[in-house]
Amino acid sequence: MNKLFFELGRYILFVRSMFFKPERFKVFFERTIHEMNNIGVGSIGIVTIISVFVGAVTTLQTAYQLVSPLIPMKVIGTIVSDSSLLEFAPTITCLVLAGKVGANIASEVGNMRVTEQIDALEVMGINSSGFLGLPKIIAGVIMIPCLIIVANFLMISGGILAARLTDLMSPNEFIQGARETFKMFTVTVSMTKSLVFAFIITSMSTYEGYFTEGGALEVGEAGTRAVTRSCVLILFADFIIAKLML
Amino acid sequence: MIELVNVNKSFADKQVLFDINAKFEPGIPNLIIGASGGGKSVLLKCMVGLFKPESGSINYDGRDFVHLPYEQVREVRREIGMLFQGTALFDSLTVEENVDFPLKMFGKMTPEERKDRINFCLSRVGLENANKKYPAEISGGMKKRVGIARAIALETRYLFCDEPNSGLDPITSRRIDELLHDITNEFKITTVINSHDMKTVYDIGESITFIYQGKIWWQGHRNELDATRAHNPELNAFIAASQF
Ligand SMILES: Nc1ncnc2c1ncn2[C@@H]1O[C@H](COP(=O)(O)OP(=O)(O)OP(=O)(O)O)[C@@H](O)[C@H]1O
Ligand SMILES: [Mg+2]
Repeated sequence: MNKLFFELGRYILFVRSMFFKPERFKVFFERTIHEMNNIGVGSIGIVTIISVFVGAVTTLQTAYQLVSPLIPMKVIGTIVSDSSLLEFAPTITCLVLAGKVGANIASEVGNMRVTEQIDALEVMGINSSGFLGLPKIIAGVIMIPCLIIVANFLMISGGILAARLTDLMSPNEFIQGARETFKMFTVTVSMTKSLVFAFIITSMSTYEGYFTEGGALEVGEAGTRAVTRSCVLILFADFIIAKLML
Repeated sequence: MIELVNVNKSFADKQVLFDINAKFEPGIPNLIIGASGGGKSVLLKCMVGLFKPESGSINYDGRDFVHLPYEQVREVRREIGMLFQGTALFDSLTVEENVDFPLKMFGKMTPEERKDRINFCLSRVGLENANKKYPAEISGGMKKRVGIARAIALETRYLFCDEPNSGLDPITSRRIDELLHDITNEFKITTVINSHDMKTVYDIGESITFIYQGKIWWQGHRNELDATRAHNPELNAFIAASQF
């Protein structure tokens, strides 16, 4: 229990220490662009695969559960698109990104810690947490919501594709179902979630890396811890957001 | 000149440094010697501000580093260069980008001037043909040189080296020693070097500080070493163990 409060306090102080005026705006900007490329462009492949399959599988399983002649097929379109927007696209994608981006950030920063590169930054008079962390957080908060928008689109496309390939219904029927009950607010929730999750992933994994102590073994452990803790926090935040917004 | 007054440092319940009083002069290599675990690295890290001592003050030409407000601490830090025990080069940057890093962050130079400065620093440490290589692609001795070049890139007034020749062969060690000696002289830097290499001490050491179990056991000039040994068993044991 003590440890929990210790970690929580240290995490909050760490996040606060990152928000300093950057030393050189040009360097800061370059680093942010670099991170945006790493986090965003580097994750398109995995996001595509996951989204298409999650969309397709949700469609098939919903169809399997709704075997009643009284319910029109297009309801499947409604269910799949709503649940994708609300839950699957932001949450599942971010859980996977926590594994990919989070482990990557934690091991990069952790390695800089154990090889004294962070000390070197400090000796030069640079605010190391801000220098390393802030570009990652900004890049994540910009790029992860973009990835979620793509994921939303691909999940629904995956659903349409699955419905078409298994002769459940025509794409038009699916889209009609999706549109009939569409509320703009669902997108707001989806984007809110992705912003919050993006912040959790990037800040948590920078934190875990930054406070690594020891050597290569501990860097690996920091990576694992960054992933598990980000995942738990994401699910927790998911619940809170759902409760507050819906 | 750097002056330490009554510096104490402990970790948890274990005290590592006891009442350290010492002076380090500009223009000559100041050597800190002592057995492994004696607290040399901790002392160096206290001096550059990576550890905060519980009590005492560290004066950089009259500026009390421990008690200055953060903004002024950063001013002092810009005059500090440090060569880490494991070099601590940024491994995502090439050799020239590593040397460029402090210039880019703090310098007021144009890109051309920076280019000249990088080449000057790299040639000063005897590294001309590795500009585009990454740290993982160069040898240990070369890394130390890059580390030194990075440390002197800005007009450094204080240079700290944590075991500059650990893990190097004897010939490369001597070259690094000479390089540090020459740079210190040339730019009138206050250089503090941690070492447990007695060859370094006899070659380039002028002011010697011997640390034993976290205390300053003896401080003096190299020429006084041999006379002091006779009645300082700890110092004698340390020197004798390295067969001098
Ligand atoms: N971050 C730390 N936390 C706790 N104890 C530490 C820490 N750093 C160093 N110590 C302790 O301080 C003592 C002095 O360590 P230090 O690294 O200064 O030795 P050293 O003289 O540099 O040795 P070496 O020549 O092997 O580098 C050791 O007993 C070590 O356990
Ligand atoms: Mg040491």
